[in-house]
Order: sequence, then C-alpha cells, then structure tokens
Amino acid sequence: MTSFAAKPSISLSRIAIYGVLILAVFLYLIPLVVMLLTSFKTPEDINSGNLLSWPTVVSGIGWVKAWGTVDGYFWNSIKITVPAVLISTAIGALNGYVLSMWRFRGSQLFFGLLLFGCFLPFQTVLLPASFTLGKMGLASTTTGLVFVHVVYGLAFTTLFFRNYYVSVPDALVKAARLDGAGFFTIFRLIILPMSTPIIMVCLIWQFTQIWNDFLFGVVFSSGDSQPITVALNNLVNTSTGAKEYNVDMAAAMIAGLPTLLVYVVAGKYFVRGLTAGAVKG
Amino acid sequence: MATLELRNVNKTYGPGLPDTLKNIELSIKDGEFLILVGPSGCGKSTLMNCIAGLETITGGAIMIGDQDVSGMSPKDRDIAMVFQSYALYPTMSVRENIAFGLKIRKMPAADIDAEVARVAKLLQIEHLLNRKPGQLSGGQQQRVAMGRALARRPKIYLFDEPLSNLDAKLRVEMRTEMKLMHQRLKTTTVYVTHDQIEAMTLGDKVAVMKDGIIQQFGTPKEIYNDPANLFVASFIGSPPMNFVPMRLKRKDGRLVALLDSGQARCELPLGMNDAGLEDRDVILGLRPEQIVLAAGEGNGSSSIRAEVQVTEPTGPDTLVFVQLNDTKVCCRLAPDVAPQVGETLTLQFDPAKVLLFDANTGERLGTVAALPVPGHADNVTQFKGR
Repeated sequence: MTSFAAKPSISLSRIAIYGVLILAVFLYLIPLVVMLLTSFKTPEDINSGNLLSWPTVVSGIGWVKAWGTVDGYFWNSIKITVPAVLISTAIGALNGYVLSMWRFRGSQLFFGLLLFGCFLPFQTVLLPASFTLGKMGLASTTTGLVFVHVVYGLAFTTLFFRNYYVSVPDALVKAARLDGAGFFTIFRLIILPMSTPIIMVCLIWQFTQIWNDFLFGVVFSSGDSQPITVALNNLVNTSTGAKEYNVDMAAAMIAGLPTLLVYVVAGKYFVRGLTAGAVKG
Repeated sequence: MATLELRNVNKTYGPGLPDTLKNIELSIKDGEFLILVGPSGCGKSTLMNCIAGLETITGGAIMIGDQDVSGMSPKDRDIAMVFQSYALYPTMSVRENIAFGLKIRKMPAADIDAEVARVAKLLQIEHLLNRKPGQLSGGQQQRVAMGRALARRPKIYLFDEPLSNLDAKLRVEMRTEMKLMHQRLKTTTVYVTHDQIEAMTLGDKVAVMKDGIIQQFGTPKEIYNDPANLFVASFIGSPPMNFVPMRLKRKDGRLVALLDSGQARCELPLGMNDAGLEDRDVILGLRPEQIVLAAGEGNGSSSIRAEVQVTEPTGPDTLVFVQLNDTKVCCRLAPDVAPQVGETLTLQFDPAKVLLFDANTGERLGTVAALPVPGHADNVTQFKGR
C-alpha cells in the first residue's frame, strides 16, 4: 500500500481532471462575479468599462437604492414564505406519518393521487385556484398566497416524509402503542425526534420553491402584497429612464440571498436527509 | 399474572382472501410459557399481534384472565412485547426507553426511577442507561428491549422471535437467561419462534402452526414423542426425523414393516397392531437417535445390516447416513463407535418408538401399545443431548 502513497500525485489525467473542474467552476461563477462587480459599480463605471472589469470606485449606491425599492416586497416574501414553509412541512409530516404507519383502506390510492400534485404544472391550476381564492375572499392577499403555496407544496412534503417514514420499522409504532401511547403522542415523542434530516430537506426545498416562485406571486397578489420576485421583475423591466444595472444586480442579489443563506446553514442536512436510509433501531 | 385463552380465533384480511388464522383454540395457565412455532408465513406472528391487539381478530375471543380483551386497544390489555428488531426508540437513551411506558401511564417520577433501577439491575444493564440504542451491541439492545417489557410488570409478556437477530453463541446464552428469568418471574409468556430448539427448550406448552392452523398443541415432550402428523414430526427435531415410505404387512398376526437396505432385508415388528393398516402406503417415522448400533449380529427382526454412505461428525455425536427402501436415513451415533464410509453396520430399531403416518394425508396412524421385544433395549447406545 505504501507504494501507492509514495507515487507522485501529479499525473496527466489528474491535471486534466483539475483542469476541467476549474473550468466548470469558472463558468458557474462568472454570472455571480459579474453580478457582484456590477452591483458595486457606479452607472458611469458600468457604461464605460467592460462587464468583468473591477469597479474604479466601490460604491454601495446600487445596494442602497435597490433595498429602498424592494425592501417592502422583501418582507412580503418573508411573510409569505415562512408560514407557507412551516405549515406545509408540518402537514406533510403528519400526512407521511399516516400514509406510512397508519395505513387505511385506500391509502395507497390516496398517496398515488396526491403524487399527481408533484407533476401538475403551475399553469393548469391558476384559474381554479384564482376562482377558489375569490370565493374564499382571499384574492390578492398574503394569506391567499400562503394558502396556495401550502396546498401546492403538500404533495412534495407528503412525498418526502412518507418515503422517509417507510424505512422506519413498523415495530417502533407497535411498541409505542403497547407502551400506551396514542396517535399524536407517538408522532410527537418518537417519530418527530428522529425526523431532523427530512425536516431539513423539506424546509430547504419548500423555502427555495416558495421564495423563488414568480407565477403564483404575479397572479395571486397585487400592489403592495407582491413578493420580491415580482417586484424584482417590475424593477428590471421598467421602460422609463436609464437602465440602472447596478441597482438591478443588487436587487437580484437581495432576492437571491435568503435561499443561499438557507443552503449554507442547513445544506449539510439536505444531502444527509436525501441519502439517509433505514434508521438503526 | 393471568391465564390466556384463545377461543376459536379467526383472522382474515378480507372477503375472498384465505384465512390467516383458522379456529385457533388454546389455553395456558397462569405463569406458563407458551411457544408458537412454525415456518415463516404460518401465522404465528399474526396470532401474536392479535393477542397484543395490534391486529383485530375477525372471529372468536381472546381471554386474559376472566376478561375478554378481543375488542380492547393494545394499551388496555396490559401486555408487553419484545420485538425481533427490538424496536428501541432511537432518539431516547436506554433509561428513557425503559421509562417511556411508565411515563405514558403517568407513574410518579420517583417510582419510575425505582422501576428503571430494578429492571436495569435484573438485566445487568445499569452501566448502559445513558447510552442511545445506536451505541449498543445487538445483545445489549436485546436486553434493553427485554427491560422495557419487564418494567411495566404486565399480565403477559409477548416475545416475537427475540433471539433471531443474535449470533449463534449469544443466542444460546440468552435462551438460558430467558428461561432463568421466567423461572424467577413466573409471568405468563407467549413466545414466537421458528427455531425448534428454542421451542423445545423454553416452552411449557408448544403450539406448532402451519397455514394458520394449529397442528398440535401440547408439552414439548408430547410434541416430540407423539407428533400428531407428518408436519409436526418433520418440523420438530434436529436432525429431522427420517421418513421411509413403505407398505405394511401382517405376519403371524403382527404388523411388520419391510425394510430393505440393499444388503439385507428385515421385517420389523411394530409397536402397534391396529386393524386395517396392512397393505396400505404408509410412511415410517424414525428419529435419528432411535436408530442405534446393534451389539454383535443384532437381534433378528428388529435389526438390519446396511452400508454407510456418508458420515457427518458434529462433535457430540456423528450422523451416519444409510439407505433404507431407497431413502436416505440418518442415524445419530456416538462418535467413538461411528463407522467409516463404506463399512457395513448392523442397526437396531426400537419398535415401540417407530411412528406411522398416512402417506397421503400425513396424519398419524396406529395406536402405540407397549410391546416387549426381547433384548432390544439393553444394548442401546444412549443418545447424548447436545
């Protein structure tokens, strides 16, 4: 084995591998670099230089202006995303628990139908959803948007939890029932504490989906209740006045930062949760 | 502490589907150890789940003590169960695992601590109380699972193949320990296993099951010596009973079995003499340890010469295979007398212990009557227990 370790680590294939990897990293990062650089430039700087050049003066004016324009919508997005993520994850966990451990007659069919929700394009539900929201008196409200996201997200969250719980031994629930625990006690004291990885997966997935959503946002909200994605679009697509690329870029960064943050904080759970198999009893 | 009685219990998973349990009828006394044994898919685990209340029965009644518990939920039946996979709560420490059932039943904290301490001491797991199940070995997990069951002092313990996930050595150790534990606690116990040695060694009563039907219910001795049918006879015993197909004849008013080893023939007089058995296709059942080496030339009709085809030394004894009526027959001989392959030996049978089965239905035939056969039992090489 020592002969392998002693072998020089630089070989032609190794160089090739690193070369390709570095190229890929570079290609992936270029847009981010351009965005960051541009967001810190002044408009004059942008007009005179090229895309990749370093700002002559590092200026925060773009960020200040962007924040001044989208801050309200940023909080709208928070107000939509946080409750929608939490509610859909909570209900999904409960659904998954029932569908894997408290099966009832037709539960497989129920699960199958629910899965349709994962493959249903957004566009097909726009009109019925709008009609329903109108009937419920929730049209163009944050609550309405939360409701739509919860309903649409349930298919995914249920799928996540159900598939995670399927690998949990049935005997755990049986043992708890013999110990005298009921449906919710078992869920709260035994099942939920072992669900951290899948809860993280669900939170990240739902946060990304809902935060980045544009279509539901643009259709089911108006004016001051719009989420940041819609606001960003409105900002970038204004046809009046000179294009302020630094503001556009800074606003786009602001819109993208929360999902980035969630990944950084909880990303390790994401991979772990997706690859986690059976629970060692 | 309680008696357990199953009255005509039936279970089916839906109309049109075959019955999973059919007319299960058995009862055990307070403090008895009942074994449910059978091959996988025989319904033994389903029956246990029904007793626990994890599955509902579709007919009959389950009585614990004087109470019909058939309609009760598991928690009201006062039963504790040990699962094959142990089913320890993975996020809780050993202490919390044992205390869980007590906490749910709202036992005062001081009492819980005392109970956990008692159980931990009993099972010698005091040093593990603060660990998580994932940090324990299989044997330790098994002990914790038992501890969880012991903690509540329930009326009945249910064990669902509790030893089958352990390695061979540990399994034997734990088997003895379980027996000791039961002798000490004297709690009514139902134990599911597919291991016939566990069934024989642990049980006061054994129910052998197949296809959702109890084939035989009795003491281990009854099951072993007096099996009700071919299935029970073949399932209990290791190495299994030999089955030799043949026709019976009547000679001088006695039933005789014709054996042919290729080298010799014999007309083995049987210990039963029922009318109507002659000229029928039957299967002769011979336990390997009931075939012994005859002294000298043997004693005529109940011995036969045969050539050794294979030998399998297991340590305590040597299994010797010969051919009788074109069927391989295993004899369990003491290793010091065990012959070599190709050698010819004289085997002797104990006619009183030979069993007969119907070749078509597998049912036991004939009634055993004590029958003195001159000189057969004196020179028997005793079978040594493993």
